[in-house]
Amino acid sequence: MRVVVGQGSCGIATGAKKTAAEFEKQIKEKNLDAKVGVTGCVGTCYLEPIVDVYDDDDNLTRYVKVQPENVSAIVDGHLAKGEPVKEMIISDEDKQFIEKQKRVVLRNAGTIDPENIEDYIAVDGYKAAEKAISSMTPDQVIEEIKISGLRGRGGAGFPTWFKWNAAKQNKGKEKYIVCNADEGDPGAFMDRSVLEGDPHSLIEGMIIGGYSMGATEGVIYCRAEYPLAIKRLELAMEQARQKGFLGKNLFGTNYNFDMRIKAGAGAFVCGEETALIASLEGERGMPRLKPPFPAAKGYWQQPTNINNVETFANVPWIIFNGGKAFGDMGTEKSKGTKVFALAGKIKKGGLVEVPMGLPLKDVIFGIGGGIKNDKKFKAVQMGGPSGGCVPAELIDTPVTYEDITKTGAIVGSGGMIVMDENTCMVDMARYFLDFTRKESCGKCNYCRIGTKRMLEILERITAGEGKDGDIELLEELAGKVKDGSMCGLGQTAPNPVLTTIRYFRNEYEDHIYNKKCTAKSCKPLITYEITDKCKGCTLCSKKCPVGAISGEVKGQHVIDQDKCIKCGRCIESCKFDAITVE
Amino acid sequence: MSDKKCSCGCGCDKSQQFKELAPVLEKYAKVPGSLITILQKAQDIYGYLSVDAINYISEETGIKPAKIYGVATFYAQFRLEPIGKYLIMLCKGTACHVNGADIIEESIVEHLNVNDGETTEDGLFTLNNVACLGCCSLAPVMMVQGPDGEETYGNLTKDSVKDILDDIRKRA
Repeated sequence: MRVVVGQGSCGIATGAKKTAAEFEKQIKEKNLDAKVGVTGCVGTCYLEPIVDVYDDDDNLTRYVKVQPENVSAIVDGHLAKGEPVKEMIISDEDKQFIEKQKRVVLRNAGTIDPENIEDYIAVDGYKAAEKAISSMTPDQVIEEIKISGLRGRGGAGFPTWFKWNAAKQNKGKEKYIVCNADEGDPGAFMDRSVLEGDPHSLIEGMIIGGYSMGATEGVIYCRAEYPLAIKRLELAMEQARQKGFLGKNLFGTNYNFDMRIKAGAGAFVCGEETALIASLEGERGMPRLKPPFPAAKGYWQQPTNINNVETFANVPWIIFNGGKAFGDMGTEKSKGTKVFALAGKIKKGGLVEVPMGLPLKDVIFGIGGGIKNDKKFKAVQMGGPSGGCVPAELIDTPVTYEDITKTGAIVGSGGMIVMDENTCMVDMARYFLDFTRKESCGKCNYCRIGTKRMLEILERITAGEGKDGDIELLEELAGKVKDGSMCGLGQTAPNPVLTTIRYFRNEYEDHIYNKKCTAKSCKPLITYEITDKCKGCTLCSKKCPVGAISGEVKGQHVIDQDKCIKCGRCIESCKFDAITVE
Repeated sequence: MSDKKCSCGCGCDKSQQFKELAPVLEKYAKVPGSLITILQKAQDIYGYLSVDAINYISEETGIKPAKIYGVATFYAQFRLEPIGKYLIMLCKGTACHVNGADIIEESIVEHLNVNDGETTEDGLFTLNNVACLGCCSLAPVMMVQGPDGEETYGNLTKDSVKDILDDIRKRA
């Protein structure tokens, strides 16, 4: 028997390492014939830690939320006697989370051991690279990618074959293929899970891409905040080298290709190609004007092609199964599948890969199970700081590059943050502007100063000091920041503000004119009151950190509004539902 | 800039003061584009980038101190001040924000009496807000980096975060 414990970053955060160690210990103590293995993120993050038990015929039983204290039940029942522990097995409903998906990029996520190349080879790993290099010409590879219709999964949605072809056409002493693994969008973790759970698929994708354009070296630019991803990538590259998949004379041909990792140092703007190249060269990550495009003059002034992790991870599948099989999924213009990171006020958060063109509703309600605590769905934020909020009334929008762009948001790298009735949309806009203002590199005046001024206005509004004309001023500034910025960061920074004004103007007006936050989230605009449901149990007055609540035992309590800091402790402690927020 | 004397006041040679950096510089000093890597390794060794370390790297690589300072201040990862034994990286990503990261921050600030970027008086904790740790399904989340590696804590509440910090304090 085999026991496989999911150990991506989020699994580890819920205690997966301790669970795995407990299995090791008990199996040894009880002298059982079972091995403990490791795998990456399965994607059902809300069920972590996840433990898969394979019997000798490789039949799978999946256990969820297995904490160390639950281990003995599985060891004594399933491993020792072959009797599965029914209470902890994944429910049929939760199984649907994965069964409703179509997994291409995540094909191996949560099934193979990312630290063992043999596991990847066993699922036809590196066969696509072998096929491409030993039996296809570079032009045939590019043609296959063209047939697939694969578009850049990092956000811009630019046709991948076109970029590869441009890099191929340009001549240079050296040629570089770069992977942007600097997943900087707050609220997105698709790339992390591929890097941690299936690093070889990225490496293989880069080998194939490198071959198609004649690249001499590959570089993965990975976030320093993902230490586990860097560790597993390094290990994977070393194993690939030993197998002869990296290095000289790949697959018996005269093609030489090797790669390395460069750890980023934390700058959102480095998602922009030219800024990423500056950072690779050890400089401040500031974008420059295009053209020349990186395909002509990139890293060290040589032809350079940059793609995102998810784009590369699609490539081996496309070459192995043919471009048409990929193109058959999705819509006419947005082909294939896309991975989304479902998070926020969602019941079942995790990684979701679906064919493009599926309505948002099917992702959020069909797979994600709807809103936490059955609250009302308000909007979904897509595309991070460059994207926007899609409101509840547009929930039937199909997920394609074109349809999402029409709403004012973007597909982006795939972050989907779900918001309920208690999320204030003005505060959301303020949050993103605060982010882009900090991350602006400062080169363009409008981006540097414009985002700052916009943030100040939003801060004023959420503090209850909004003025007549603020909304119009925000709209005017937004237009200027878009027009006056050179790179994508500044050009898209106003999107969260514009989409929230477009769909939730009434919330802005409530803040400014009625001094009211309908979501009851902006502290300066809310008050806590104790109603006559109060039984006088005195619990809230004991919990209040500033002594703002007074009242006799068994008598009605009151909150001194001058002292109240609106921390919400009273409402959490009240057992009688007697405290309200207005 | 050619002063070879140390700044630790013991009279040793500068190369002695920064001897842990020698293998790093040997490997990367002459490789173009390696400044960020060198700074990362230096920060790994010393916990932060001191003025002396920046000057020393400048002398060994030939890159001007102003340029090194420019790079060090551009990226969020680099610190110019020493940090505590444990670095609390509090995630302020979108999912964490929506799920109440601000309340968690208030709780930490109240409990440790430090603000974002500051270190506790006993030198045990430094609080740092970070953009996103990528564990969005467990929001709100923080990562604590200490001498024995890093650990991530999810589904935080204002009380659980205090218990976690108290536990670390007991271990330290």
